Order: sequence, then C-alpha cells, then structure tokens
Amino acid sequence: MIYLDNAATSYPKPPEVIRAMVEFFEQAGGSPGRSAHRLSVAAARIVYDTREAIAQLFNAPDPLRVILTPSATYAINMALRGLLRSGDKVVTTSMEHNAVMRPLRALEREGVQVTVVPCASDGSLEPTDVAKAMTADVKLVVINHASNVTGTLLPVTEIASIVHRFGALLLVDSAQTAGVVPIDMQAMGIDLLAFTGHKGLMGPTGTGGLIISDKVDVSEFDPLVRGGTGSLSESEEQPDFLPDKYESGTPNGVGIAGLGAGVRFVLSRGIDEIRAHETKLIQTLIDGLSEIPKVTVYGTRDATRSVAVMSWTVSNKRVSDVGMRLDEEFGILCRVGLHCAPAAHKTIGTFPEGTVRFSTGVFTTLEDIHATIKAVKQVVRS
Amino acid sequence: MSELGLILFHTTSAAMRAEKILKKAGQTVKLIPTPRELSSDCGIALRFEWEMAERVRALLNEARVEIAGIHRLK
Repeated sequence: MIYLDNAATSYPKPPEVIRAMVEFFEQAGGSPGRSAHRLSVAAARIVYDTREAIAQLFNAPDPLRVILTPSATYAINMALRGLLRSGDKVVTTSMEHNAVMRPLRALEREGVQVTVVPCASDGSLEPTDVAKAMTADVKLVVINHASNVTGTLLPVTEIASIVHRFGALLLVDSAQTAGVVPIDMQAMGIDLLAFTGHKGLMGPTGTGGLIISDKVDVSEFDPLVRGGTGSLSESEEQPDFLPDKYESGTPNGVGIAGLGAGVRFVLSRGIDEIRAHETKLIQTLIDGLSEIPKVTVYGTRDATRSVAVMSWTVSNKRVSDVGMRLDEEFGILCRVGLHCAPAAHKTIGTFPEGTVRFSTGVFTTLEDIHATIKAVKQVVRS
Repeated sequence: MSELGLILFHTTSAAMRAEKILKKAGQTVKLIPTPRELSSDCGIALRFEWEMAERVRALLNEARVEIAGIHRLK
C-alpha cells in the first residue's frame, strides 16, 4: 500500500504517538484541570506539555496563548465568529478551503463585508493584490499558508506587513503547513494561527488549535462556546483569562497526549529535514507526472514554492475512476474531487470536475514515488 | 517542620507552567487542591517552602506566569 493522502490525515502515525495515547489511558486517565487528585494532575501536566511543545514549534509568545480545539476548522470558526461583527470588513483569498469560506459566507449574510482577492491559476497570490483590497476599516485578513488543492504557498510574511500597515489582524490557516514548513509566528507577523493536529503534526484526529498573539485584544474576542473550565467556578460568567476563556468542556486528553507526542516527533526530526524530504519527493512526482501525455499537473510545479500536495487530471478520464483504479489495482490511496475547496478549484480551472490529489508524508519513500509514477502511466494508457 | 506557602492561579494551565518552572529551578513544590477558604478561581494550587517565597516570586515573574495570589499556610 502507498498512502498519498497525507493532506487529509497523516498515516501512519509515529509509534510514540500511539504509545503516548495508550499511556494516557493507563497512567493519567483523569480529567485535566478539573480535580486536584493525582490522575487529574497527571492529565493536566500532559495537556500543558503539549501546549508548551506547540508554542516552541511555532515560536508562540506564551504557552497559555495556545488554545486547544477539536480541529483547525473549529479554530478558524472561533476566530472569525469571535472577532467579526456586522458592518466589519474581512479580506480573504480565492484559494481558501471551506473551513474559511463557509463561516465567511454565513457571516456575510449577517452583515460582515467579505472581499475575496483573486489568486493566479497556479494558486499563487501577489501581495500587491492584497494591498489593493485593503482599506483602513478592514478588521481581519484570513489566508491559508498553503493550498490543500495545489500545495501552493502564500507569502505570509509579505502579506502580514501589508495587513499591519492598515491596522488589521492576520489569521493564518496552517492546516497544510504546520509540521512541514517552518512557522515562526512572531517573525512572520501572524496574529492568529489556526492549526490542525492530525496532518503534519502527526497527532490523532480531533485535535487542533488557535494561537492568539499578544497583539490581539482578547476583550474584543468572544469565545465560540461557553461552559465549564475548571476555573472561576463560583461565577456563572465565562472567565476572561487564557486559555480557559476559549476552552470550555472537558478537553480531549487522550488526543492531546497524542498531539504532544506528534509535535515532539516533529521537533526531534527537525522541520528542515522534513521539508527537504517532502520537497524532493513531491518534485519527483510533479516531474514524473508532467511528462505523461494527457496528464495535466496544476499548481506552480515548483516544490520550493509549495508543500507536498499536488493535483492532476487526465483528459477524457473521470477523476473518480482514476482514484478507484489506483486504489484497487495498485494499492495507491489518494483523494479525488473538490477537496472541500470549491473556490480553489474555480481559481485553477478544475471546477466542478475536480482533480486527483497526491500528498506525501514524512514516511513516504522515493520508491513509493517511482511506483506511483509507473502506476499512473498504466492507468492513463488503458 | 518548615513553614509552607501556597500559590494560587486563575487557570490550571498556569499552575502546570509554574510547577514545571519551579521544579526545574530546584524548588520543592507540590500541586494540591486549593483550600476552599482561599479561592475558587482554580481548583489546583502550588505548595512551596515559605522561606523561598522571594525566589519563587522572582522565578514566576521572570517567566511571566500570572498568579492569583501567594499565601502563607498556617
């Protein structure tokens, strides 16, 4: 089996991730931050250690500004709903995932003004086009760090400086980059960083978060959900301190234990090494597929300008048929269709048919890539 | 027996952070349930040796750990 669907969820997980989750149940099964007995404290320590590892990986200003959520989608919804009010202006791009687009379209019906900056057909974005969309009353700009369809990286640092010049905040969706591309929140000027735990960070599904920089005034940022936090229990009002303000309900302790182990795996292997490995693999795949007649490869076709995600189609073949043949005849697992990103597919010209998407991971090998190129040739031929 | 002190926090996350920082600095600390009469902000408090109060304050201040109070235990 060759697993090329790491952009959806990474597989396999490092053994230490599975071990951390088993150990959580065996040795620390309490409710984190709720009681003060040894099992609750052990669970709370594991949750805190995960916050600290995440803060280290992204150079966050403070581990207590790492808000743990069930997904990047939840984190993005929390930031958009928490910060934007009727009459506010928000700017985004035409390469966004529905995790951004759907909450924005709903907010639009509630009176938020949404501007979508068009990207080029390879998914890239000119910072000057963002500048053109900016006015002094834009409150928030939300962009993906890399597309989940083409893998194309957006120039976050350049966009951040434009956004800040207009006094707005920058929210970055790092679902495709966390754990595979270096991210330094402070150096890049990211005010809010949404991440998922189950892709490049190698954790289980059901984990993710939002890191809130100290540039964000949290008194103006409402939580998405309110409830028990294990703190301020005499009050029927939500606490105003972090992370409790944004973390109601018992946290996903076992998932967070796995996420912490995943982040430590990434830290110990090193982002630069992971990036170098994936860049080599995906460039080989892009070059190999580009040479096959009838195959169209989308995106920049330059691995240094993208993450290890690539989209392609075959003329006169349905993507669903291609995906099924790769799975059934060659054991190659990928994702076909629109990848929850209709805006991105409209931008690259593949809507509504969609594409076949290959995404490598830290455990993908060069042999896997060569076997995949060979398999695609056979599928295209017959 | 030496006198003990207790640090109170708003959030468990800060208590975990403080425990880690103080242990690393060689302090003898223990997480205990917050006595009801002191505060109900956060159910977990950090016990330490009162004679080290100044050092403990300095360490937490340096690491910018927000605390809700420091008490001498009787």
